[in-house]
Amino acid sequence: MLMNLFCTPVRRLGSLLVWLWMLLATSSSLAQFRVEVTGVGLTQLPVLVAPFKGEAQAGQKMSQIVQADLARSGQFNPLPAESLALDEMSRPDWLALRPLSAEALVAGSVTRLANGRYDVRARLWDAVKRQEKSDFRDNVTAADLRLSAHRVSDWVYQQLTGTPGVFTSRISYVTKSSGRYNLWIADSDGEGARSALSSPEPIISPSWSPAGTQLAYVSFESRKPVVYVHELASGQRRVVANFKGSNSAPAWAPDGRSIVATLSRDGGSQLYRVSLHGGEPQRLTSGNINTEPAFSPDGNTLYFVSDRGGNPQIYKMPAQGGPADRVTFSGNYNISPAISSDGRWLAYVSRLPGGFRLHLMELSTGQVTALTDTNADERPSFAANSRLLVYATQQGGEALMTTTLDGRIKARLAVQGGDIREPHWGPVRP
Amino acid sequence: MKKHFWSLLMVSAVLAGCASGVKLDDVPVEDKSATSVGSGQGVAIQGIGVAQGSAQTAVASVAASQVSAGQGPAGIAHVVFFDYDSFVLRPEARPVIASHAQFLQTNKQRKANLEGHTDDRGGREYNLALGQKRADAVRQALSLLGVPESQLEAVSFGKEKPLATGSSDIDQAQNRRVEIRY
Repeated sequence: MLMNLFCTPVRRLGSLLVWLWMLLATSSSLAQFRVEVTGVGLTQLPVLVAPFKGEAQAGQKMSQIVQADLARSGQFNPLPAESLALDEMSRPDWLALRPLSAEALVAGSVTRLANGRYDVRARLWDAVKRQEKSDFRDNVTAADLRLSAHRVSDWVYQQLTGTPGVFTSRISYVTKSSGRYNLWIADSDGEGARSALSSPEPIISPSWSPAGTQLAYVSFESRKPVVYVHELASGQRRVVANFKGSNSAPAWAPDGRSIVATLSRDGGSQLYRVSLHGGEPQRLTSGNINTEPAFSPDGNTLYFVSDRGGNPQIYKMPAQGGPADRVTFSGNYNISPAISSDGRWLAYVSRLPGGFRLHLMELSTGQVTALTDTNADERPSFAANSRLLVYATQQGGEALMTTTLDGRIKARLAVQGGDIREPHWGPVRP
Repeated sequence: MKKHFWSLLMVSAVLAGCASGVKLDDVPVEDKSATSVGSGQGVAIQGIGVAQGSAQTAVASVAASQVSAGQGPAGIAHVVFFDYDSFVLRPEARPVIASHAQFLQTNKQRKANLEGHTDDRGGREYNLALGQKRADAVRQALSLLGVPESQLEAVSFGKEKPLATGSSDIDQAQNRRVEIRY
């Protein structure tokens, strides 16, 4: 039973520093990447992920992708397993494995089929009970082997924690390099990034559609901020808000049929609901600055930033507009709200004397925790399972970081070079 | 305006072909022409689809291009600066604004974009809203001098386009500004 795996009391308390250097063959070339996980974990399940049989020939080190995913989650401690020669059909030699003190074992294979596709199989064992626990099977093109490895991670995560994994989700972010802006779409580990848009003018505020097929963002390519919706697979995009003045801060309604954006068409910066099927935008706020909308997962409440009290604070109001309640009270500059998909948490950036830091509020109690000790944190967003956050910061250079909600486990994502900003974590892919 | 925007999009579509953002080996580049959808102000642009076979990880790459600025009144400053955390025009900005008002009233066919900017402290979207306040202040000043709103558009770049990239107070003061562009 999986509870066995988790009932052991505080398993790993103390400093943990895992550096996994990995050589990863991509479909086109060999690319070196590094996964860096730092922090102090409370309970981390020791897990063995054996090299998948055939992964070297397939050109994707499936097992290393899975190990790195599990380490980043903060809930696992992947043990060194390079020397294990196992696949999903093996009968593990439990006596030989016992000194490794693993509580779970994953082994599998990657086989190229006659049609050029790959058959990916894996098996998960409870290493304490020495029992098979679950089997995994996938069939993908060579280009989707990374995706398949992330599916293995999601399966392992779900089996061992009971919570859906988010490793198959994608993260978008923006870089500025040599005067050019690029909007990137990367795997949840930052790898496999592809440019969705390249522009000589700034791109900000990318926001995933609920289905994960489109991004809304603000592009300045016509010398003003205009909101676009961009379909990733085809590259087709359309202007959804180009009213007189500035158009910015798009947030998708959970039903994917409209966005709320900040428009200055009537002066100032106000929130409007803009249907994706046309029609006149519906104004939701008045007075002062109102911007950075973020929906509650049920779509009934809008969180946003307003300076109505004299400095920027986070407020909430009914999604159709109406009286607003102030949500943040400590500090005089609180911006960039993000709500977890389980509705429990508000992440935001607060200005302190030292700089701008990521904070987390439990909405039911109002209790606030600072999650970082960095000073230039920007634009947090939650993973779909509400267990991790991604944000941009300065930490030995510009970086995209993920953190667990207790702030204990942080990982630097491998990203494209240049100034890095504006991350947004997308939904899980089917 | 709409016509201008269309031509921009056409140019974008053409330029996209020569500036693909990602290198993707052995993949044919499909060229597609601009298409429209009839949804309010919405304009559709078909980017350059870079097909990835049937891969579920496919992301098509699109390149955007920029517009060039026209000429405004000669010999007149095109930038006015603001104090820290302020959206009030300084006294020395008044004659500059007046000259632009005169130019716009003499040249009724010309339009001015008032582009608000901030220093680099704080969030991108919140700074966009602060820059908008500065742009709106210049728009209101021009409007009070008799320039019709139809000749004016106040927009913001927030902290995205600094004049000075240093972190000193002097650099930051350079960045708190409104640029008047034609």
